[in-house]
Amino acid sequence: MRITVTVDGTSYTDDVEPRTLLVHYLRERLGKVGTVVGCDTSNCGACTVHLDGHSVKSCSVLAVQADGSEVTTIEGLARDGQLHPVQQAFHDNHALQCGFCTPGMIMQSIDLLADNPDPDEHAVREGLEGNLCRCTGYQNIVKAVRDAAHHMRPGAGPEAERVAGADTGSRTASSVGGGGE
Amino acid sequence: MIPAPFDYVAPSTVDDAVRALADAGEDAKVLAGGQSLLPVLRVRLAAPTKIIDLGKIAELRGVREEGDHLVIGSMTTHYDVQRDSLIAEHAALLARATDTVADPQVRHRGTFGGSIAHADPAGDLLAPALALDCEMVIQGMDGRRTVAAADFFEDFFTTSLAPDEILVEVRVPKHTGWPAHYEKFNRVAQAWSMVAVAATVRTDGDTIAEARVALTNMSAVPVRARGVEEALVGQPATAEAIRAAAEHAAEGTNPTVDANADVEYRQHLARVLTGRAISAAMAG
Repeated sequence: MRITVTVDGTSYTDDVEPRTLLVHYLRERLGKVGTVVGCDTSNCGACTVHLDGHSVKSCSVLAVQADGSEVTTIEGLARDGQLHPVQQAFHDNHALQCGFCTPGMIMQSIDLLADNPDPDEHAVREGLEGNLCRCTGYQNIVKAVRDAAHHMRPGAGPEAERVAGADTGSRTASSVGGGGE
Repeated sequence: MIPAPFDYVAPSTVDDAVRALADAGEDAKVLAGGQSLLPVLRVRLAAPTKIIDLGKIAELRGVREEGDHLVIGSMTTHYDVQRDSLIAEHAALLARATDTVADPQVRHRGTFGGSIAHADPAGDLLAPALALDCEMVIQGMDGRRTVAAADFFEDFFTTSLAPDEILVEVRVPKHTGWPAHYEKFNRVAQAWSMVAVAATVRTDGDTIAEARVALTNMSAVPVRARGVEEALVGQPATAEAIRAAAEHAAEGTNPTVDANADVEYRQHLARVLTGRAISAAMAG
């Protein structure tokens, strides 16, 4: 089945099997390996991306369901070589150890801050309920999100995700290179 | 893992979806938000030959008023239910229960109707739908019919939906201004309810005029706590009256036993959580 999806500002048209999960499409067809798979049960949230501006677990969405939609991954956050404020805050606050959960944590944190630009500690923990970290004990992750909130006022929201000046022309995956198939 | 192969269609009207479902036979599966179905497909606990995706059907999304009812489209997401002003005003119990469903990512995709049609006994929207006397509007090849929540849930993961029928809307009698609370007990974040209690009350001065209370995961289907409701009506809104009424919560329940809890413990939870739910509703 043919789908057209805009990922990190670039439009892709590809033929996919209906059973292809969005996360596998991103990783194996488009080479967006920044988005990782951490579990087989939909619990861990490591594969979190934004689909039309809202966080989703990309292991629980079919690629065909994303037809006509806009996806933002962790790879689409930095602009002009500058980390997104939430990425920078994770770096500054040592909010990771092994780093495997980090792409999902950051994508969900951005979603949380779009809904609630100044969350207290409880709101951060609730907002990250769908993301598991087995290293940090969450303490520095919570700190990082609150730190990012301070750096992002007033409301960065979806605008902060948009890749400035990104190529919006249509390209097929094969011309982009990187990663399987 | 990845799902077994299947054919996929995403019709743009309910009529087309119903026809596709009827044509596809019993091995077809309806895809709503997919937050229960996709995990099951991925581990191949299910392998339907055809998936009919309701995601492109605009008429199935949204909330509207119809006289003394709200009508919630079955594909309205949990996220939208949480934030809908009509639901907040006329059916707050649904919003409070939806707040507790899974996590934010799942609530962005998961749908009100999908949860109800899936009929997981630990699902958090079944008991509120029962407590509010919701009606399920179902469409098949022979047209539409309406089934009361009390008759809709038949067994574990089993409803009165025929294989070729789709849940299109849920009609909710308005409970305007009734404060509500959903008290959920689980061990860790994201976990399903071991037991949960949906409660909403109407007070008249200092007296409890009406009460609706239903239990999650205390049977194969949601259970209405009629004994509690009857004990509350006409009582003063005091902690003592609530505590006494909550003692009736486990009457007639037949909860399953699993690694989390046995029957006795679940029935104890039902009584304790019922007291908390009613108190929190009245305080809210």
